[in-house]
Amino acid sequence: MVEYLAAEYDVAVIGAGHAGCEAALAAARLGCETVLFSLSLDAVANMPCNPSIGGTAKGHLVREIDALGGEMGRMADKTLIQSRMLNRGKGPAVYSLRAQIDRVRYHNEMKHLLERTEHLIVKQAEVVEVRKAQDGILLEAVTRLGAVYRCRSVIVSTGTYLNGKIYVGECSYPSGPDGCQAATHLTASLNRLGIATRRFKTGTPARILKSSIDFSKLEEQPGDEPIVPFSFETKLPLRNVVPCHIVYTNERTHEVIRQNLHRSPLYGGMIEGIGPRYCPSIEDKVVRFSDKERHQLFIEPLGLDTEEMYLQGMSSSLPEEVQVKMYRTIKGLEQVQIMRNAYAIEYDCCNPLDLLPTLQFKQVNGLFGAGQFNGTSGYEEAAAQGLIAGINAALYAKGKEPLLLDRASSYIGTLIDDLTTKGCQDPYRMMTSRSEYRLLLRQDNADKRLTPIGYSLGLISEERYQAFVEKYRQVDEEIARLDKVIVAPSEAVNALLVSRETAPLSTGARLSELVRRPQVSYLDLAPFDEHRPPLTDDVIEQVEIEIKYEGYIKRQLAQVESMRKLEHKALSPDTPYQEISGLRLEAREKLLKVKPLSIGQASRISGVSPADISVLLVWLARGQK
Amino acid sequence: MSQTIAAIATAQGGAGIGVIRISGDNAREVAARVFTPAAKKKSVLTAAGYTALFGRVYDKNGAIDEAVALVFAAPKSYTGEDVVELSCHGGSFLLQRVLAAVLENGAAPAQAGEFTKRAFLNGKLGLTQAEAVMDIISANGEQAARAALAAHDGALYHKLSGIVAELVSLSASLAAWIDFPEEDVPAVQIDALSAALNSCCAQLDVLIAGYNTTRIVREGIHTVIAGKPNVGKSTLMNLLAGETRSIVTDIPGTTRDVVDITVRLGSAVLRLSDTAGIRATDDPVECIGVSLAKQRLLQADLVLAVFDSSAELTDEDKQLTEAIGSTPAIAVINKSDLPTQIDRAYIESHYKHIVEISAATGSGYQQLTTLIEHLFALENFDPMKPVLANARQLNCARRARALLEEALGALSLTLDAVCVNIDCGLDALMELTGERVSDTVIESVFERFCVGK
Repeated sequence: MVEYLAAEYDVAVIGAGHAGCEAALAAARLGCETVLFSLSLDAVANMPCNPSIGGTAKGHLVREIDALGGEMGRMADKTLIQSRMLNRGKGPAVYSLRAQIDRVRYHNEMKHLLERTEHLIVKQAEVVEVRKAQDGILLEAVTRLGAVYRCRSVIVSTGTYLNGKIYVGECSYPSGPDGCQAATHLTASLNRLGIATRRFKTGTPARILKSSIDFSKLEEQPGDEPIVPFSFETKLPLRNVVPCHIVYTNERTHEVIRQNLHRSPLYGGMIEGIGPRYCPSIEDKVVRFSDKERHQLFIEPLGLDTEEMYLQGMSSSLPEEVQVKMYRTIKGLEQVQIMRNAYAIEYDCCNPLDLLPTLQFKQVNGLFGAGQFNGTSGYEEAAAQGLIAGINAALYAKGKEPLLLDRASSYIGTLIDDLTTKGCQDPYRMMTSRSEYRLLLRQDNADKRLTPIGYSLGLISEERYQAFVEKYRQVDEEIARLDKVIVAPSEAVNALLVSRETAPLSTGARLSELVRRPQVSYLDLAPFDEHRPPLTDDVIEQVEIEIKYEGYIKRQLAQVESMRKLEHKALSPDTPYQEISGLRLEAREKLLKVKPLSIGQASRISGVSPADISVLLVWLARGQK
Repeated sequence: MSQTIAAIATAQGGAGIGVIRISGDNAREVAARVFTPAAKKKSVLTAAGYTALFGRVYDKNGAIDEAVALVFAAPKSYTGEDVVELSCHGGSFLLQRVLAAVLENGAAPAQAGEFTKRAFLNGKLGLTQAEAVMDIISANGEQAARAALAAHDGALYHKLSGIVAELVSLSASLAAWIDFPEEDVPAVQIDALSAALNSCCAQLDVLIAGYNTTRIVREGIHTVIAGKPNVGKSTLMNLLAGETRSIVTDIPGTTRDVVDITVRLGSAVLRLSDTAGIRATDDPVECIGVSLAKQRLLQADLVLAVFDSSAELTDEDKQLTEAIGSTPAIAVINKSDLPTQIDRAYIESHYKHIVEISAATGSGYQQLTTLIEHLFALENFDPMKPVLANARQLNCARRARALLEEALGALSLTLDAVCVNIDCGLDALMELTGERVSDTVIESVFERFCVGK
C-alpha cells in the first residue's frame, strides 16, 4: 500500500459510537484539532442493541456525563419518546432515569452536532494501523487507503467492530454490529505496540414488526409524568409519546429452546468469547434458571418513523428458524414477523488493567482506550469513558496534567477505578451496588459533584456555571433559614403531623426538624412557613434530601475523607516494586501489573495486604527525604 | 479528619507500667471521657502539648486505675496527630479494661503498624527509623496472617461465615431488586428483611456477650473477699483453698491487685484477693487505703462479702455493702456455734445471692460453686463454641452490630441506606475474617437472580 501523509491533528478518535462521539466532542471543545473516524458515517452514534438510555446506575452515569460537560444527556432529552424514573420508593440514592430513544433521530442529531463542532472533522475510513511516528513521540493512524494522520494522541473506541464475528445458530461470519462491516486489521497493530487483546461476546434480540403483534393481549407500560430530564440544562418540558409493553415467555418457549440447545453456538462450543453475566441470552436464562416458569420481556419501539420493535430480554444466538418458532410461542406474538434476527457477536477488546486511571495505555504514551474496547458494555458506560478519554487525550496533547476522578466523586470514577484496578472477567456493567459511596453519588446531585470540574476544564459555559452557583446558593440559604424558623404548636400543624402518623408538637420546633421526619415533606409545611421564598423544584429537592438524609450523608463524607488521604499519596507508574524489600511476592506481581497511581488505588488491588501498603508508605517516605 | 485510634503501646506482659496510646483528631475528647485529672481546674482538652496530668481512668462501672495522662499536641507527637498517652499500672487485665473503655468512648482499635503508618503519612518518621520499623511492620503482618489462618478452622470462623452468608444473601436480594427494577426480581419484603436483620443482630449479641465469659474462663474471676476483721474471711479462704482442694498456680504481676491465691471452684477459676476494711477514718494514711479498697470492689468481677452470723451488723458492714455498688456480689454468712444475731432482712434486701458457710462442717462449698458457675454462665460454657478472641474482634463485632441496628432504623426511611449499612456491616465482619465484601455481593446477585436484558 502506498502511504501518504494526509494531515496532522492533536487528537484522533477511532470509532464513532457513544464513546468515540463523547471523546471527539470533548477534545474539540477543549480546543484540540480533532479527527473522528468511522467505518460508516451512517452508523455514527448508532444503538445496535436496545433503543434506550439510562437505567439503574446507567442513568446516574448520563447525569454525570452531562454535569461534566458531555453530550449524551442533552442528546437523549432531545430524542426521547418515553421516560421513567425507576426505583421510586427505594431511596433517592437509587432513583434512576431511563428513557426510550428514537434511534434514528439520536444518530442524526449526534452526527449533525459533530459536523457543526469547531475543531472537529468526521471522516468515513477504516483505520488499519496505529503506530509510533519516527520521532517516537507522535502517533500515526493509517487508513486502509494509505492516508497517514499524524497526531499527539489517539483514542481507540472500536466497540464490537474489532474482528467482529456474528453467530446465528450454525452460521457465523465476520461482521460488525447491525449489518456493518468489521474492522479486521487494527488489532494486529495494537498487539505490535504491546497491547494484548482478548475475545468478549455480547448479543442482541430480534427486531419485530409492530403490525404483527397483537397488542390487545399485552400489558401496557406508560412513561412517568412529569419527565425529569437527563440534562441539567434542559428546561423545556418533555413528553411521553409512546408506551412500551410487557410480555412473558412460557413453558412452550422454554421447551423450544431446550430442544434446540445443541444448535446454539455458545452451548455447541463455537464461541470462545466471554459473555456478560448481567445480559444473558434467553438460552442462558432457561438453562441456568430452569425452575423459573416464565421470563419477563419488554417490547420497545425503535423510534417514531419506523414499525420496528425491540424485544428486550430475548437475546439469542439460536438459528433463525428456531428464533421464529420460539418468539411465536409468546402470547401476543403468535403471528410475529422478524425484521432483523437476534445474534451473538464476538469481538476483540483490551485488558483494562493495561490502562492508567486516565484511560491512557501504560505501554504507549498518548494512546487511550474507551468504551466496549476496554471491556465494558452499555452505551452509558462507553460514553462516560469516552468523555474522560477525550478530556485526557486533549490534556495530554496540550502537555497538561490529566483529569483523575476518584471513587467518591462519581460513578464515572468508580467505573474507571474498577476497570483499571480490578480489571474485568466479563463485559462490565455499572450497578449502584458497585459504589460504596452511593448515598453521596445520587443522580440528583451530579451537578454539585462534577460541574465545577467541567467548568474549570472549559467544558461548562460561564452562563451554565453561574446558574449552578446560584442554585446551590439558594439551597444553602434555604437550609440555613429552615434551621432558624420555629413552628409553634398549633391545631393545624398538629393535625397535619397526626394525619401523617408522627408525633404532634408540644413545644416549638425548627422547620428543619419537621422536614427531617420521614413522614413529612417540605411542601407539606408551606402553610406554617409564611416567609418561604419562591424556589424551583430542583432547589427544593436538594434542600429536602440534604436535610432528611443528613446523618447518612455525613457518615459517608467521613468515609470519603479517610479514603482520600491515601488517594492523595501519589505513586509513580515507574515505581520499582522489585527493589522494594518487604513486599510479598504476590503483591509485587500485582503492583507491577496494575501500576497504581496512588496508595489508595494500590490498597484496592486484590492480593495487596495492609502490611504491603505500610511497606509502600515507608518506601515513599524514604524517597521524599 | 483522621479517625481516632487507640492501642496498648507497651509490650504485653508483667511490666510495671503500661501505656495506652490514643491518636487522632479526637484523641483529647476520647481521653477526656475516660480520664479525670486530680486537679479540678485541669483538663486533657485544654492542656498544652508535653503536659502530664495525674488522675484516674474510669469506665462505665467506675474508676479503673490511677494514671498519668501525657498530652502531645499535633504536630509534635509520634504520629504527628493529637496524641494522649495514658500510663497505667501495667497488668494485662487492667490495661485491657482501660483500652476497652477508650474504645467504648469513640476510638477505633489501631491496626498493626497503624501508629507508625500515620507517623509516615504525616512525615514524622525519619530515614533510619523508617528502616527499623519496616521489619516490625512486616512481622506484624505475618503474625496477623497466621492468626487469621488459625481462625479459619475455628468455631468463630464458622459462626461468622453463617452470619456473613445471611447478610450477603440479604444484600444481594436488595441489590438485585434495586439494580434490576425492570426484571421480575422478587420485591424485598420489609418484614422478612427486618426479621433476618434481627436474627443476625441476636447472633452477634451472643458473640459479644460471650466475650466476657471467655475472658473469665481465660483469666479467671477477679474476686475480692471483703469484710471487717475476724468476720470469717479466713474461714472462707480455707474453705476455698483448703488442703484438699487444688491450688492453681499464681500469676504474679498480671493485675495490680495483690492476688493471694488462685483457686479452682468447679469450672470457675477464682483469683482471690483481700482488701483493707471499709470504714470511716480521719487518719490520712488509712484514708488512702480505704479509697483504694473501694476502688478494688468496683473493679472486681465478683465480691464475696463476708458477715458473721453471731454479730449484729455494724456501720462498717453497711459501708462495705454500699461500696460494692453494682459489682456482682455474694453475701457469705459465716455460721458459728454462737446464737444468731445478724439482721437477715438487711442482707436479703441488699444481696441477691446469699450463701452460708460453716467452718466446722465445711458446708457451703458446693452451693458457692454452683452459684458462681451460674452467675458467670460457666455451667453451659462450651470451649467449642465460637468466641471472640480479642478487643479488635470484639470491636469489629460491635461495629457490625451497630451498623445492622442502623440498617434496621433506616428500614422505615430509605432502602438505599439500609443497603449501604448492611454492606458496611458486612465489611466489619469480613475485616474479622479477612475477606472482602463488595465482589461477594455482586457474585451472589448473578448466581441467584435471573437478570439482564
